[in-house]
Amino acid sequence: MSKAMNGATSLVKSLESAGVDVMFGIPGGAILPAYDPIFDSSIRHILVRHEQGAGHAATGYAQVTGRVGVCIATSGPGATNLVTPLADAAMDSVPMVAITGQVPSAAIGTDAFQEADIRGITMPFTKHNYLITNPDDIPRAIAEAFHIASSGRPGPVLVDIAKDALQKETTFEWPTSINLPGYHPQLTPDSGAIADAAALITQSSKPVFYVGGGVIKANANRELLQLAELLGAPVVTTLMARGAFPDSHTLHLGMPGMHGTVAAVTALQKADLLITLGARFDDRVTGKLSTFATNAKVIHADIDPAEIGKNRFADVPIVGDVKETISALIPALKKALEKNRPDLTSWLRQMYSLRSTYPLGYDTPADGSVSPQYVIERLGKIAGPDAIYVAGVGQHQMWASQFVSYEKPRTWLNSGGLGTMGYRSRLQLLIMNHLEWYASGRRSSMKVAIQIPILNQSAYQISQCLQKRWVVLV
Amino acid sequence: MSKHTLSVLVENSPGVLARVSGLFSRRGYNIDSLAVGPTENPLISRMTIVINVEGHPLEQVIRQLDKLVNVIHIAEVIDSKSVQAELLMVKISATPKNRFDVEAVVETYEAKIVDEDATSITIEATGDTAKIADLLSALERFGIRELVQSGLIALERGSVTLSERTLSTSGIPIANGVQADYQN
Repeated sequence: MSKAMNGATSLVKSLESAGVDVMFGIPGGAILPAYDPIFDSSIRHILVRHEQGAGHAATGYAQVTGRVGVCIATSGPGATNLVTPLADAAMDSVPMVAITGQVPSAAIGTDAFQEADIRGITMPFTKHNYLITNPDDIPRAIAEAFHIASSGRPGPVLVDIAKDALQKETTFEWPTSINLPGYHPQLTPDSGAIADAAALITQSSKPVFYVGGGVIKANANRELLQLAELLGAPVVTTLMARGAFPDSHTLHLGMPGMHGTVAAVTALQKADLLITLGARFDDRVTGKLSTFATNAKVIHADIDPAEIGKNRFADVPIVGDVKETISALIPALKKALEKNRPDLTSWLRQMYSLRSTYPLGYDTPADGSVSPQYVIERLGKIAGPDAIYVAGVGQHQMWASQFVSYEKPRTWLNSGGLGTMGYRSRLQLLIMNHLEWYASGRRSSMKVAIQIPILNQSAYQISQCLQKRWVVLV
Repeated sequence: MSKHTLSVLVENSPGVLARVSGLFSRRGYNIDSLAVGPTENPLISRMTIVINVEGHPLEQVIRQLDKLVNVIHIAEVIDSKSVQAELLMVKISATPKNRFDVEAVVETYEAKIVDEDATSITIEATGDTAKIADLLSALERFGIRELVQSGLIALERGSVTLSERTLSTSGIPIANGVQADYQN
């Protein structure tokens, strides 16, 4: 049944139909018509003080809940302030929909007041984006935006809507199907590739699970645990995958890469097989590619075919949803292991020995002051594995990834790929003050408490660190 | 040098060219030429892109391109299995003295004279990249005053069509009115 209404009401109805319960934003001229129907809707609008905060809050919402995060801003400066969080969400594959107002369609292209070509600006770092000038297109664009943002490799989608499209009369009809002829993410892995992967694993005597953020995005942590225990091979979790595999698990060697543990880095370097699950061979993990894991064959499972072979050749490429991939790999591997189970004892012994010889550590200041690492470590112990930890970017972020013990997925939020300073302050202050929305669904008895440790570093210390120690690696 | 020709079927919607060219520029891929135009299907445009993929595996370029939501299908065009053509218009200096020589060159290359006046001749020619290059070097001695050239377009030989092969499975009705599956 279609009903007459204006474009703004159609927009809000569309957002409701897409299942939006909360959105973050700031009103302004071009988007103002949309704010009237928001009052009457079931959607909770959280007013922020800067659009970048709205964007990061939407990201945080998405990272914690697994749902699409939504932010809303006006045209021009409102929209351009969303550029950084959109780029951030694209880098970290976060499902997000940004709604922006645009100047009236007749004024587009005239350098009108508060006009910015936000669709053009955000093309490089949105999964897709729209400029809507006809109110009849609103439901379809919103339906497609949510579908694209949340399916396949998740990412941000921007829907820019001209003010007159919000004001004009239209009818609302929520599309029953989505027709995107150029968009068909492959979810089910090829069975031949799964068989090849299982065979390669049984031939390996030094395998490592190289686990990336995709495992968390695909909610595949349980499957990963099963697979890792089935093979009994060591696991490393990247910055985006902290919590995908319990830190307390014997097989876990910690985080690899520039800021990783000795055991995790060595495991990748000395491995004869990388079982790569939802990771993308980022330069912070690999360092110089030509010297990275030179003796290892690679199984690379990712939902994005463009990631496979981008940085590192994959001996066995597997395109598909990583949850489906692991679920298919478990029985295939079980069968293969029955015939031929490689002996990983000496490999594990080596890695465990490295882990105990070179644990993560820090110096206690001689003057009796408290070291920041200690503060973070204590905070982690006190708040425990159910708390959600949010970091900004820099040295404290690395400490927070190292000295908090993550046991569960979606408990660690940070800006990994883009390295957005201010991610935490914008996000934490906003979201953590408005926790009811997800507490209801996730942990009904959760007490909302915000701890914001302020560490006096008196410098951009990660830059100092890079200058002093790691400059040769970059 | 590693040149490849891609036929790319895209949705006929605003901004598609910007998305494609933006992708090439931000990932550092080199476009030699790009030609875009309508097809037999009003919903679809077709781009013919000649790329030089030195330093980037062709596969990676195709996969990145395929991530664009508006890109429906990408096929590599093999030279020997396709007909290819560029369009050239070139204005050369002409005097009554050399006019006969110019006409001889034009005839050799199956080009045609489309405009002339007392001091210039404008020649139009179509052909594959090599033929157009040869024609230009043959015309050089007359003095090239201005030239404009289109990108390469290409079509597979034989009765198979890219549109029929791909569109019917991607939820777009194909040209001859056959309604393809519109359901997702």
